Amino acid sequence: MSTDSIAWPGSESHSRAFVDQLHEWIATVDHKRLGIMYIVYALVFLVIGGVEAMVMRIQLIRPHNDFVSPQVFNRMFTLHGTTMIFFVAMPIVFGFGNYLLPLMIGARDMAFPRLNAFSFWLSAFGGFLLYFSVLGANGLYGAGNAPDVGWFAYAPLTSLAFSPGHSTDYWTLSLLVSGFGSIGTAINIVATILCMRCPGMTLGKMPLLAWMNLVMGGMVLLAVSPLTAAQIMLMIDRYLGGHFFDTQAGGSAVIWMHFFWIFGHPEVYILIIPAFAFISEIIPVFSRKAMFGYPIMVAATISIGFLAMSVWAHHMFTVGMSSNANTFFVLSTMAISVPTGIKIFNWLATMWGGKILFKTPMLFAIGFLFQFLIAGLTGIMLASAPFDWQLGNSYFVVAHFHYVIVGGILFALFGAFYYWYPKMSGKMCSETLGRWHFWLFLIGFHLTFDFMHIPGLLGMPRRIYTYEPGRGWDSWNLIVTVGVVFQSLGVLVFVYNLLWSYFRGEIAGSDPWDAWTLEWSTSSPPPAYNFVAIPAVLSRRPLWDLKHPDDPDWKYE
Amino acid sequence: MSATSISMTVPEPNWTLPARGTVAMFCLIAAEAAIFTIFVVAYLFYAGKSLTGPQPKDVLEAPIFYSICLLSSSLTIHMAVVALRKGSIRNFGMWWGATIVLGAAFLYGTASEWHKLIYREGLTISTNLFGTTYYSLVGLHGSHVVIGLVAMTTVMAFALLGKVSEEHAERVDVLSLYWHFVDAVWVVVFTVVYIIGR
Repeated sequence: MSTDSIAWPGSESHSRAFVDQLHEWIATVDHKRLGIMYIVYALVFLVIGGVEAMVMRIQLIRPHNDFVSPQVFNRMFTLHGTTMIFFVAMPIVFGFGNYLLPLMIGARDMAFPRLNAFSFWLSAFGGFLLYFSVLGANGLYGAGNAPDVGWFAYAPLTSLAFSPGHSTDYWTLSLLVSGFGSIGTAINIVATILCMRCPGMTLGKMPLLAWMNLVMGGMVLLAVSPLTAAQIMLMIDRYLGGHFFDTQAGGSAVIWMHFFWIFGHPEVYILIIPAFAFISEIIPVFSRKAMFGYPIMVAATISIGFLAMSVWAHHMFTVGMSSNANTFFVLSTMAISVPTGIKIFNWLATMWGGKILFKTPMLFAIGFLFQFLIAGLTGIMLASAPFDWQLGNSYFVVAHFHYVIVGGILFALFGAFYYWYPKMSGKMCSETLGRWHFWLFLIGFHLTFDFMHIPGLLGMPRRIYTYEPGRGWDSWNLIVTVGVVFQSLGVLVFVYNLLWSYFRGEIAGSDPWDAWTLEWSTSSPPPAYNFVAIPAVLSRRPLWDLKHPDDPDWKYE
Repeated sequence: MSATSISMTVPEPNWTLPARGTVAMFCLIAAEAAIFTIFVVAYLFYAGKSLTGPQPKDVLEAPIFYSICLLSSSLTIHMAVVALRKGSIRNFGMWWGATIVLGAAFLYGTASEWHKLIYREGLTISTNLFGTTYYSLVGLHGSHVVIGLVAMTTVMAFALLGKVSEEHAERVDVLSLYWHFVDAVWVVVFTVVYIIGR
């Protein structure tokens, strides 16, 4: 195995000075190193964003709690939302895309390695700007030191009159800068998938992960740009005295909502489609079956991509749009459940009759299936405008989208970590610790987010820093906060597992899961050049063909 | 098992994929088009909603000459790329230089229009909604013209140093795609600002 690969990065690390290594990482244009940097950077922010969530939950554990002040609470939910979306979810998705795409399509690097490094550092700098606001935003005004306008920053709260000081400027700039990074990475991902595939890998023979990242890249181009435009407008308002969102000069606060959600809703699909991609790679391998309905999966992904662009105003039913607009956005939102449902059935059909191996990645994938289904069901409830008028901006909404993001995206990401960690590090993750992580996190997740629906139904609005006793919210909030303890224990076990396995884990070998896509054909971790010779493929499962020359896939595809 | 053994037979004798530069430029154009769309929507949404003057119909004059300059530069840059493909460096330099001159003329047109609006009509970006949307939309386009001019001037400098040859035709073509996009956006901006918005 891997006799023909030359020393992988790190094997001679002991003889080199720390500064040299650091310089190598900082100046690197290698897609694998940049991918790992994206992922590590996102994990750091995951811990920061998680601590912010804990602060909020401790504050809400009982009525009239005074753990933090209302001002600090506002900063916490703003930083938590912004961090988790822009500096955890996006970079982690880009990190896996960066690391895996060239390996899975048989290329030696991304299409534009230097653009790749540039985009990473832009994103990293964006995250730095957001948190620098805690120190730097006080300025001469002495008013507010971290953004406190909420992660969707509705006008006119962001105007100079209501947000003096520089906290909102830091928020705007950090999103603008990381947005440019995202657009750069999206260009790179699309160009890599379209232009760098190895011989024989037609679009119809690409791994589903590549297809879904292609759709995700296209969506980033069309969805992150409106956010960039809106942030430029906000800067013009705040710095040059413009009137885009200034209602006193005839401007409109509602148009900011439109511009934000034209980004904001596709963004959810930008994050969930890569999660679908991980699930579509994990489930076949651990069911020992080829993916069921590959062409339909591709078609469903593309139709989700299109539909996702036309659902944004379901975030705005409570604003008071025309009944025509309400009807359109109700119908388009409900329509998106059709391709999503197709996907769930395809994953189930892949597992059906398969020889299922319950390894840690598969546990997380199965958790994803159930939880994403429930998240979708509460999504359909909220998609009907009259229901949303009742529950808009309540904890029911918070519970719904955390079900999508934590129960769906984060579970898929944990699965992806356990599945590809052997490829990235060369070591297996501990199964025992992995199971501890899974069960702790599963219990914590359900304690927190199942029970969070109920105070929402009972009328608890989101973003309140405390509440009166005797409204029937008290015990639910206590349970929700207790769940956080389990979740954070799970994450601690996860981080410990990553570190422990890196030093003590079993040697993985190039193909520990007996998988079928090209990344498992090279050594673990792969050499800087990925493949000694650029491979050529005949089917969607080139390694199956290689391992079963008597019964190859290309005879049937 | 080794990495090399993946290759079993050569499946496609002519395995060609799209050029990455062109694909990347089309991606960039898609993203830029989305940014411009948001600014155009804002312009149309706020047309006629300014609470104070000056209004567009009082102060705006369609810059027809300078628009012709910009639009015809699409033709000259196309001729430049064609010349380079044929290996005619001299013709390339002439057409390329003409494109830069036409682009610069357009920029001068915008500058003089803004000068008139600011100093004679008293319209700035903070005067009213019209000022805010007008300067930001036209300015966003103008900044793209500036970026294009910087890039084209860089190529021109290399051409004058004798460093541009036929083999660079593809890269120059990618840059010309950007310039065509900037021109096409001007058609939209012109229609929105000087025809519909007035």
